[in-house]
Amino acid sequence: MLRTPSRPDLSQGTISDEIADRHALERDAAASAGRALAAHPRRDFAPYRSTLLRHPTHELVRADPEEIELVSPAFGHTDVSPEEADLTVQHSGEPLGERIIITGRVLDGDGRPVRNQLVEIWQANASGRYVHKRDQHPAPLDPNFTGVGRIITGDDGSYRLTTIKPGAYPWKNHRNAWRPAHIHFSFFGSAFTQRLITQMYFPGDPLFALDPIYQSIVDPAARERLVAAYDHDVSEPEWAIGYRWDVVLTGPRSTWMEPEDADHA
Amino acid sequence: MREQRPLGPTPSQTVGPFFGYALPYDGGSDVRAPWQPDAIRLHGTVYDGAGDPVPDAIIEIWGADAAGRASAERGAFERDQHGFAGFGRAAVDRDGRFSFTTIKPGAMRVGSAPYLLVAIFARGVLQHLFTRAYFGDEGAANDADPLLDRIDPARRGTLMAEPDGPASYRFDIRLQGEGETVFLDFGTEQ
Repeated sequence: MLRTPSRPDLSQGTISDEIADRHALERDAAASAGRALAAHPRRDFAPYRSTLLRHPTHELVRADPEEIELVSPAFGHTDVSPEEADLTVQHSGEPLGERIIITGRVLDGDGRPVRNQLVEIWQANASGRYVHKRDQHPAPLDPNFTGVGRIITGDDGSYRLTTIKPGAYPWKNHRNAWRPAHIHFSFFGSAFTQRLITQMYFPGDPLFALDPIYQSIVDPAARERLVAAYDHDVSEPEWAIGYRWDVVLTGPRSTWMEPEDADHA
Repeated sequence: MREQRPLGPTPSQTVGPFFGYALPYDGGSDVRAPWQPDAIRLHGTVYDGAGDPVPDAIIEIWGADAAGRASAERGAFERDQHGFAGFGRAAVDRDGRFSFTTIKPGAMRVGSAPYLLVAIFARGVLQHLFTRAYFGDEGAANDADPLLDRIDPARRGTLMAEPDGPASYRFDIRLQGEGETVFLDFGTEQ
């Protein structure tokens, strides 16, 4: 069966303790090595139990990017129709829930816009239910909401999506585990090395501290970069609540040098 | 009213289990139409650290054309039957298997062996993994390749798509444990 087995014996307290212990370990290691905390999640973040058998145990091998890694597929406006940026108009009726607008810019590490590139999103509906057939959460599907959208960024790297605020939903990592409301985002940069799939969250969610997926990012400042900001200038009167979320894709280092200790990795 | 947000890398999060109705698209695994004379098949299975197939991974490939150049052809979603956009995406099936048709790329540099870039996303994988599928029947080029040369010979085979039939190559991906695939960092791990 594909469903993750339930873990009724594993409490939120145990998971929260594991999260705190791992964060302390990472902070100590970074401090003693004199380096900053990593921005990306720890792939072996055990409180998220699905990582246990799915993280590599060997160090990643440093590779000099060749041309194919330094460019991206050429998606264009012919690949995506403008209606795909509005998830509330894909059916004959209006979806239930709180209508929202999410806008922002996709930038590279030097602050340059990522132009004409593909952004894809998918999400649960307002009740916290995905259309996906393996989602067994007993919350209602919405016949007027699929929860899939796409857009191509503009010349300034901007995107703008209209959708419904997703609900939190339960999962089986441990007993009484709930994911904070989130929208999945997929980005292509100007180089394939900048490829990113992530999740955007909403400000002030009380589930943040409890969620091992969100907390797999040890650096609190990096975690906050996944949280959209309420922006009153984006909200539209009598229509929708607005959020702003800018995204920075980390790029390849253009001056990468062969490491001096480049023996067998 | 706008909050100033710090400029730093946006962290990765897992693709989760429920991408199946969102990310795959028609023709996503046919980077080259299967009936084209230069089409090859690249297929394999994704395994976890217990040796079990991973039923909820999604794989992307990105490769150069036969001359070793990246395609600038638009329309990776709306493919025609004649072009080559270089990019493919395929979700694995319930047995962890994926399959693409594409073309065998040319080498991109003098002294480098040809390969396809491979990205792996899955539930439980918090940040996608990159690897490369080199071709097992490119012995001389592989022997001279600077990346392959730096890799422990005992693990080098995990980067080889091995011929297993006419115009067909097998490339299994092991996320962990015995035979763990060599995953690559292009200088962006942080």
